[in-house]
Amino acid sequence: MSLVVSDLSVDHGAIRAVNAISFRVDEGQMAAVIGANGAGKTTLLRALSGLTRATTGSATWQGHEMLYSKPEKLVRLGVSHVSEGKSVIPELTVDENLALGALWRRNSDESRATREMILETFPRLAQRLSQPADTLSGGERAMLAIGRALMSKPQLLLLDEPSLGLAPLIVEQIFQSIRDLTTHMGLTVILVEQNAMSALKIADLGIVLNLGRIAAMNSAQQLIFDPQVRAAYLGY
Amino acid sequence: MYQFINTILIGITSGAIYSLMAIALVLVWRSARVVNFAQAGQALLSTYIGYEFIQKFHSFWLALFLAMIAGAAVSALVDVSLMRTLFRRAGHGPIAGVAPIIATLGLLGLIRASLGLVVGGKDVRISPPVSNIGYTISGHTLAFSPLKLLIVVSVLILMLVLSLVFQRTHVGLALRASAYSPEIARLAGVRVDGMRTLGWALAGAAGAAAGMLQTPDGNGGLSPDSLEFSLLLVFGFIAAVIGGLESLVGAVIGGLLLGLVLAFVLTYISGSLVFITAFGVLIIILLLKPGGLIGSRRGRRA
Repeated sequence: MSLVVSDLSVDHGAIRAVNAISFRVDEGQMAAVIGANGAGKTTLLRALSGLTRATTGSATWQGHEMLYSKPEKLVRLGVSHVSEGKSVIPELTVDENLALGALWRRNSDESRATREMILETFPRLAQRLSQPADTLSGGERAMLAIGRALMSKPQLLLLDEPSLGLAPLIVEQIFQSIRDLTTHMGLTVILVEQNAMSALKIADLGIVLNLGRIAAMNSAQQLIFDPQVRAAYLGY
Repeated sequence: MYQFINTILIGITSGAIYSLMAIALVLVWRSARVVNFAQAGQALLSTYIGYEFIQKFHSFWLALFLAMIAGAAVSALVDVSLMRTLFRRAGHGPIAGVAPIIATLGLLGLIRASLGLVVGGKDVRISPPVSNIGYTISGHTLAFSPLKLLIVVSVLILMLVLSLVFQRTHVGLALRASAYSPEIARLAGVRVDGMRTLGWALAGAAGAAAGMLQTPDGNGGLSPDSLEFSLLLVFGFIAAVIGGLESLVGAVIGGLLLGLVLAFVLTYISGSLVFITAFGVLIIILLLKPGGLIGSRRGRRA
């Protein structure tokens, strides 16, 4: 049981945004995908969740082909995607955003248990349940977006830049919560990040994308100490 | 004094019907980003269907219910057969934004012309299900009859049911999420296409109710080129714009406000100024508060 991506390419018009990428993430592992703006990180995630159509290649999750499927179908196979920015619906309340994630689930006892767990991890959401999501701070929105995705009972979690626009202190907190929650729930995670250091610190596997291709792939620990990666992406 | 009260009563009754039409337009606009001009044609068609049910079952209320179901079915069909195809075909070109709206104009003409062919010469009347003679208070006859009371109550009930569905049910949450942010709704597993069709269906039912309630309150006559239904569309649209086009509560407030303003103009100034006032209000609102009287962010939530 794992995520296997092979030879995946995605075109944006005439531009090949993701170019023949192959990698494998074992069940329960977290892969950090890092790289500069325009490296194809977001496109990779959008292809995996069905939001963007892949051009060629394959990606299987637990034996199911993920590409060329609709996102609403992939959710039911256990794939949950937190899209770029803070993917919450600003007009809905915090409570409604959480409920939205669990809409397709039939078992309400189970969803209630997930909700309890999320509110325990992010107590600030518990205090703001009846507030519209557009009254939340950036950090709270990031928590809500992750909470909404977890409410869908995922086994594979795709996270697109949860640190975007957040203060460094909050980034550390949220990344630690992400690591704790996903380890606790046994989730497989793909974490796309510009904030390379914070992502590699909590990940098992590190993938460096450059202009749509994989420039380096190794255990996250080793990438942190790789001189080339340090120079290009970690800034020291 | 009695004239003043009568004016308010007339304004509220006609305003209630404009509100229903405005709700129909808002439901389609916010789920599909289409201004549905065909709504007048769909309401007319549904009212004709309702008339046939009255002939068959001799019950206005059963016919109203069945006409709403028919209206919902017609509207859902418009989305599935016409709109989905249009969005797929014209989805990216420069015409993408206007093609669906022009198509609804075409559909409006098509429905009216087809009705003209089928029922053109027939004398079709819907008689009031209850008395339309005004209540009398100490010798004065009010411009408020049992029929008008029933219209206002029916509209209130429909709005209450709709707002309960939207605010309190899972389907309502899915409908709102799909309207506000289709992409996030899909990522949460909501079948957004189905929700859009459901939005069209609810709009069709609301439009059918507006047509069925309006007709016996007028002279009861129904014709394929009915001016009343054109006005229903125009006033419903103005009401929706006053309310900000996104909000159901705004649509209701807009409808009542427009009904009252027009009633006062009609009573105290001149009947010939009603249209000028209606369109004047529309243009002034668009110029001064293009987002409607209810701020759009707050409005979308309601």
